[in-house]
Amino acid sequence: MSFEPVLLRRRGKPNSQSLESYRADGGYTALKKALAMEAPKVIEAVQKSGLRGRGGAGFSTGLKWTFLPKDVQGPIYLCINGDESEPGTFNNRVLLEDDPHQVLEGIVISGYATKSTTAYLYLRYEYGDCYRTCEKAIEEMYANNLLGKNILGSDYSLDIYLHRGACAYICGEETGLIESLEGKRAWPRIKPPFPAIEGAFRRPTVVNNIETMACVTQILDRGPEWFQSIGIASEHPKDPGSYGPKLYCISGHVNNPGLVELPLGVTARELIDKHAGGVWKGRKAKAVVPGGISMGFLSADELDTKLDFAGPGKAGCLGLGTAAVIVIDDQTSMVDVLYNTCRFFAHESCGQCTPCREGTAWSAKILARIRAGQGTLKDLDTLTDISNSIGIMPGTTICGLADGAAWPIKNALKKFRPEFEEYITSGRRSQSFEVVGSH
Amino acid sequence: MSGLSEEAKQKIRDLLPRYPSKQALTLPALHIAQEEARCVSRQAVHDIADLLELAPSQIHDTLSFYGFFKDEKHPLGDNRIWVCRSLACMLRGGDELLAEVCERLHVAPGQTTADGKATIELAECLGACDGAPCILVNDKLQLRMTADAVVSLAEGRA
Repeated sequence: MSFEPVLLRRRGKPNSQSLESYRADGGYTALKKALAMEAPKVIEAVQKSGLRGRGGAGFSTGLKWTFLPKDVQGPIYLCINGDESEPGTFNNRVLLEDDPHQVLEGIVISGYATKSTTAYLYLRYEYGDCYRTCEKAIEEMYANNLLGKNILGSDYSLDIYLHRGACAYICGEETGLIESLEGKRAWPRIKPPFPAIEGAFRRPTVVNNIETMACVTQILDRGPEWFQSIGIASEHPKDPGSYGPKLYCISGHVNNPGLVELPLGVTARELIDKHAGGVWKGRKAKAVVPGGISMGFLSADELDTKLDFAGPGKAGCLGLGTAAVIVIDDQTSMVDVLYNTCRFFAHESCGQCTPCREGTAWSAKILARIRAGQGTLKDLDTLTDISNSIGIMPGTTICGLADGAAWPIKNALKKFRPEFEEYITSGRRSQSFEVVGSH
Repeated sequence: MSGLSEEAKQKIRDLLPRYPSKQALTLPALHIAQEEARCVSRQAVHDIADLLELAPSQIHDTLSFYGFFKDEKHPLGDNRIWVCRSLACMLRGGDELLAEVCERLHVAPGQTTADGKATIELAECLGACDGAPCILVNDKLQLRMTADAVVSLAEGRA
């Protein structure tokens, strides 16, 4: 049975961004349904669907909403995380550029469910086209009683404000985002308190991802049973399962890079061969990033790994992350690849926690030394040591950026160690080069 | 160096009702300042601090966290061109693209061309990996780039 895309079903249609065309395709009926329900029933429907957040951590969306305190007096904030910056990831960009109303409808539904009074859509600065598309869509919503006071004649009122970032990866961490929204440096907060108790402006706050919002719209429209009928069922009582359609980004060394929507649980091999036209130039894959570079690497032997929430972990990766797959061909040096990931995290570490600030910088320097032909085998042990001692898991940092920096190192040195050893002992130097600048 | 224009100040005041704290206006205000003057001058920092009832050092603290904002000694060229160097672009020639662009324009990343038309910057993942190698021109993404195309954009010919 072939799978029909839902989240991307309007992509490429003429004028797909306009309210008129969205409504002609049945848009905003999900919101009407939601407003006719009691707010807790909306949360129940989202919980029942099994929806797990699409931003990377995969936490149950409905459950997150229940963590808000009961009977709150005063404002509750909904922050929508559009700071999509994980290398390889561009699904939120496509959603906002091509079908902003699907996302905005989900924001109003989620706002209603959580009794939020204001929603801030934090959008990375780089997505200028998304900003302009959303700005126009929000204007249309205010003009049509889909935002503002008494939405569609109900008792519910909500404002959505766009808030632009300034090119910092760490703003995608939910408490970093909140600090940035508040006008401060985006230093993640120690948790608890979690945002549900004390978030933006010290008020109860929910932070959700863009694709998650599009899923909420579809769950209300088509029902939680529809969502549950797609994907991989829970394997044991403690596994929340991997339900629903998912947007997979495919980039790197494939013939047709792009975005595809598939049931959660497609294998990496199927994604590459069936949906991306195979590895380019008739080559083979050497390694595959399963979900953004912070998730680590699958080796060529692990391409039958299912890309659901549980699959990448079984192959030693950090997780599904953003389901952004980057394919690396067999002509590419893993030393160059690992240098690239280490340099990224050294650049993006916010500097608040010493183990992350220093550990990411050292690992990038060590890889640069190896690339210059001056590495030693002991460097590989030092890299392993660093990767085992930075992050939330070893308990040395406030947020997960360092775990994401550590994982590519761990996977590369475990799965490709002979290549690193050969590189060092043969005294090779990198064939690729780097332009150094002041940034 | 002059500070914020009255028009820019009004733009910032207009945003005040959106947020429960004045400090939350810091990033929007810095964007407005840099859009107007191609940098954020020290006087602009003081002007923003006055508007938001904060110390100038608080504005500067936030400003300096983001590599995005330029001081008055390093104003941006007419166009700011970011070349992506993250993994998906690297795999499809991003490093070579950046090197060739810098060589042909006689700049290092972070510098502005002598004619003031373009500032070339290094970028981490721009979120357009489906069109690698990609660049960002001001806030508009350009996919599947060649050095010729980037140089044309930098010289204002495209």
